[in-house]
Amino acid sequence: MTIRLTTAAAAIALLLGGNWALAGDKPTDPQIAHIAYTAGVIDVEAAKQAIATSKNKAVLEFAESMVRDHESVNEQALDLVKKLNVTPEDNDTSKALSQAAEAKRSELAKLTGADFDRAYVENEVAYHKQVNGALETLLIPSAQNAELKSLLETGLKLFQGHQQHAEHVATELK
Amino acid sequence: MNAVRPAFLALLLGTAAIAVPAQAETIEVTIDRLAYAPAEIEAKVGDEVEWINKDALVHTATVTGGAEVLLPAKKSGRLLLQEPGSFDYICRYHPNMRGHITVRP
Repeated sequence: MTIRLTTAAAAIALLLGGNWALAGDKPTDPQIAHIAYTAGVIDVEAAKQAIATSKNKAVLEFAESMVRDHESVNEQALDLVKKLNVTPEDNDTSKALSQAAEAKRSELAKLTGADFDRAYVENEVAYHKQVNGALETLLIPSAQNAELKSLLETGLKLFQGHQQHAEHVATELK
Repeated sequence: MNAVRPAFLALLLGTAAIAVPAQAETIEVTIDRLAYAPAEIEAKVGDEVEWINKDALVHTATVTGGAEVLLPAKKSGRLLLQEPGSFDYICRYHPNMRGHITVRP
């Protein structure tokens, strides 16, 4: 499990303390928008994999709520960037997140049944924890636009809820 | 006669007030950005709680080990309070959302 979690953790470590810290500067609003959007898309993809694979009611319900919530927030994010006339800008952190997610997807694809359920939900706990850390310490403090900051703050509350929901499902699977 | 009528009316109204229990109320709780407001409410048996969900997210009001009201995005839902007690509730999808209802007899 430790090994499985490493890729995502490494990508987010890059986000938290890696390139931004080394460069001594902060991500710009267009970069923050891209990172937040990418993080949402990744979780929707992961949930779709779970919906196609899992037969566990609690896992399916969790995955369905991930698709619903993250799609809703990303829709709001797209509306906001359109309104602000900001073009989300791809960056190394977004790329690293996507790469880590792809690796995780391949790993999970090899699992079935209860093994898949546990691995998926544990990764969801870890993933939301890491994204929340990034939101709190880097993305929210760096955001310049008040509306973007506010959306990120609501996002943080939402993802903290997801983390608790995932932790609850993880306990049920034990 | 004139003196009797008000007394008779008063008697009638007085009886009515005793026979009909206090009017049931609807207590509104708004959900905005993943928070119930007010988070704590007091009500009495027979009252209803109406949750008005302003978020573009699906929420619930789920009493621990009890009733659950599904609250679709931008919609509202109601619960009739049938028994007295002190109840914690959460959103099943976002368990960091917490509320409390005190129901008096």
